[in-house]
Amino acid sequence: MTVPYLSLAIWLPIFGGLLTLFAGKDRNAPVARIIALLTALAGFLITIPLYTGFDTTQANMQFLEVHPWIQYFNISYALGVDGISMPFVILNSFITIFVVIAGWEVIQEKVAQYLAAFLIMSGLTNGIFSALDGVLFYVFFEAALIPMYLIIGIWGGPNRVYAALKFFLYTLLGSLLMLVAFIYLFQHSGGSFSILDWHAAPLSMREQSWIFFAFLASFAVKVPMWPVHTWLPDAHVEAPTGGSVVLAAIALKLGAYGFLRFSLPIVPDASQYFAPLMITLSLIAVIYIGFVALVQTDMKKLVAYSSISHMGFATLGFFMFNQLGIEGALVQMISHGFVSGAMFLCIGVLYDRVHSRQIADYGGVVNTMPKFAAFFLLFAMANAGLPATSGFVGEFMVVLGAVKYNFWIGFAAATTLILGAAYTLWMYKRVVFGPVGNHHVAELKDINGREFLFLAVLALCVLGFGLYPLPLTEVMHATVDELLRHVANSKL
Amino acid sequence: MEFQIPNFAPAAAEIFVAAMALVLLMVAAFARPGGGRCAAFWVSQATLLVAAVLSLPVDWSAGVWETLRSSEGGIGMWLLSWLASGKVTFTFGLSFLSDPLGGMLKSLVCLAVMAVLLYGRRYLNDRKLESPEYYVVAICATLGMLVLISASSLLTIYMGLELLSLSSYALVAVDRDNPRATEAAMKYFVLGALASGLLLYGISMVYGATGTLDIIEVARGLYEQQVNRTVLLFGLVFVVAGVAFKLGVVPFHMWIPDVYHGAPTSVTLLISTAPKLAAFAMAFRLLALGMWDLAPQWQKMLMIAAVASIVLGNLAAIAQTNLKRMLAYSGISHMGFMLLGLMAAKGSPHDLFNAYASSLFYVVIYVLTTLASFGILLMMSREGFEAENIDDFRGLNRRNSWWAAMMAIVMFSTAGLPFFVGFFSKFFVLQAVLSAGHLSLAVVAVLMSLVGAFYYLRVVKVMYFDEPVDDTPVRASRGFGLVLSSNVLAVAVLGIMPGWLMNFCVLVLRSSFG
Repeated sequence: MTVPYLSLAIWLPIFGGLLTLFAGKDRNAPVARIIALLTALAGFLITIPLYTGFDTTQANMQFLEVHPWIQYFNISYALGVDGISMPFVILNSFITIFVVIAGWEVIQEKVAQYLAAFLIMSGLTNGIFSALDGVLFYVFFEAALIPMYLIIGIWGGPNRVYAALKFFLYTLLGSLLMLVAFIYLFQHSGGSFSILDWHAAPLSMREQSWIFFAFLASFAVKVPMWPVHTWLPDAHVEAPTGGSVVLAAIALKLGAYGFLRFSLPIVPDASQYFAPLMITLSLIAVIYIGFVALVQTDMKKLVAYSSISHMGFATLGFFMFNQLGIEGALVQMISHGFVSGAMFLCIGVLYDRVHSRQIADYGGVVNTMPKFAAFFLLFAMANAGLPATSGFVGEFMVVLGAVKYNFWIGFAAATTLILGAAYTLWMYKRVVFGPVGNHHVAELKDINGREFLFLAVLALCVLGFGLYPLPLTEVMHATVDELLRHVANSKL
Repeated sequence: MEFQIPNFAPAAAEIFVAAMALVLLMVAAFARPGGGRCAAFWVSQATLLVAAVLSLPVDWSAGVWETLRSSEGGIGMWLLSWLASGKVTFTFGLSFLSDPLGGMLKSLVCLAVMAVLLYGRRYLNDRKLESPEYYVVAICATLGMLVLISASSLLTIYMGLELLSLSSYALVAVDRDNPRATEAAMKYFVLGALASGLLLYGISMVYGATGTLDIIEVARGLYEQQVNRTVLLFGLVFVVAGVAFKLGVVPFHMWIPDVYHGAPTSVTLLISTAPKLAAFAMAFRLLALGMWDLAPQWQKMLMIAAVASIVLGNLAAIAQTNLKRMLAYSGISHMGFMLLGLMAAKGSPHDLFNAYASSLFYVVIYVLTTLASFGILLMMSREGFEAENIDDFRGLNRRNSWWAAMMAIVMFSTAGLPFFVGFFSKFFVLQAVLSAGHLSLAVVAVLMSLVGAFYYLRVVKVMYFDEPVDDTPVRASRGFGLVLSSNVLAVAVLGIMPGWLMNFCVLVLRSSFG
């Protein structure tokens, strides 16, 4: 009997979350914390066989689970992963552990609900990455909005209500149009909701264009691409640390994943046709948003804009239709998951102590928190794309791919290496170096064992993938190859 | 001519309920003042339970074990097909019809009214409104709904409708010292009487054009093209108006917000739930059954009404601060959505059943979720305090996180978010609309769902993000709490397993029109 690893990866966190909810009232928060941590650890361990048992020579879906769900409409509970989605399932389960630990002492109010929301969110996200049925995908995709809405709204900063609502409505608008496209595809693919059947469905150029834009509405908001990115800075700034980590490390990847799973293979001709548009939007995100990040005075906002810029790199990589571009974009996304997660955790460490995110409220942190400063430096460098960190690998691959596609696009994309270094390191300089800025900074205590642990593990990941990215790229290779072959075949 | 005794069996549920209404009157007259209320409550519950069983669309004559042994697809599938195995029987001439569709709706009406009476009991008690007469009138309203569902003649339809409407007017006015309730009852009565008049006028036109009152005969006349189409079309407009009033869709929606708001919440609960099932049956029998050959015409009318309802209902709901009014406007938009399913019926038999079943599914789910949302309002109310403003839910998560979660589930479901069943009811209707080729309608519908999400989320927002303003603990008696919670959890569980209900809706429709 085969173990349904994917189902476990989805439902274990969800049921663990529900258990946390019922077991831990505010009175016995420690119980809730321990249940949540155990669930998160178990949820991560269950995803390891996905990597070890993965056949890297195959492009097909693996770990398939197919059961009928709503037979009347031919909807099935179909799960499976390929080289594109498998790393994200593992990344998501991995990051969840950090989120649980990051809120350990900081969250004192409604602890059980906080942890449960993250665990449920994690399960739903695994569902998004492994769903092979359109309706199942959609159900997970939209259901994941609910916990995030509550996380931002309950535990967020002063302007949290506005941010939560904006986040929710922006993303819902896109996904509703995608739903219409799904039903349309169902009717034009011989009554099937299977995503793999849609890959093969013949569609005219007109149909493809409509469907492309319906998908774009949904995924562009999620990525987020310029000009529908404005929800992200608000949501990031107001969300609690854990929320920011999940948003940056996981939620942003959903949109990009959607492009690879839906837009490119289902409407290949429209994707090729509109590639210049996508490349332009991506470059605007990379360059313009990079400049926007430069002038931010709020650390979280700065990292939020830097995330948009980095995700612009990912979408840029997808729409050049070459191996280097797509693989580079995927590596960039995984790396960004670690780096941005770590950046937000670092900012969270400072925020927990001083309760300010303003750069101007800091200065000279290195004098009082030397260990922290060292970790923060590593992550800042990785964010800037320093060689030997994971941030470099993806960016370099995408730039190479872009140069192959068109020199000037590659040139424009490469400016991010300068811009990224400028905004990240300038922020780092203002916060960490210099004389001690004020008495808050003077009273700072260096990181404790818990904080040291999660920063150290993330640092290892960032360095590890920076020095030896092969384990990551080799699982993607076959799938990306197959995807490119599929996209090259016109459906017309 | 020899006098024949008609077959009473198909009308067993109606006859039983009518007899029990008289028994209830006796209870009201002879019981001690305090005990009478209690007795009337339990007698009504028992009546409804028996009526629900009596109207189950089951073919009792079929050997249970034989069919069970020969069934394919496991016990679940067998249970569904057994529940839809009733025969189509006419009685009292052609004016009364018993079929699986009617049976299903009648059982659901009885169950819904049972829940209504249970949820409303404490509320009425707190306000000294509970009296045996209340139950008598509620049972009469139920009888009206049952007759309306089973009616297959224009006159029987009218009779059921009037019984339902008159009882509802009385119920809205049950709190007679409250000026707002009296005003609501008055408005309801005047507009309702007008709508009845319109319907009756339409019926007379139909009679004039076809020479018959039996729906089946009307359909046959139309099919054989022996009728004056102009007169019939003229009549159709009025018939649609009557149906639209009962469903509460634009432009006949004016009564809904005022009546929902003005009536005591327990009565709002009654008129916002079970009668929608009856109105669905009425729309279905009149339009889909009787006037099928005029489908292009009435479908166009329904389309306009549906789109206008979805747009107006959702936009007006944004501005409401009173939760009852907000739910009223949201109800208008939901009925519009349901009509989208009805108007999308065209093409092959498979598409037809698909569209009708999506509509039926929608209305059943609407009733289930509305029972829960008004039920929670009733539970939050207490002596001297009406929980009806959105602000009354402020900080509910801190006061009682269980009921906050329940209300959140209901709101997310009505907004159409998955894993809750509201998503699937919208999804099935959209599917039907798209397969009928109305792409732009589907886009309008989803955009308006986005607007809808905004105001449902606002309720979640005040519950979870705001500080509580009053710290009175939220309490429900054990039975009430249990039933209400299972009602809400049904919304969640059906969201994970919606397939069987959709199958059942299709099965019921198929065995009614096979």
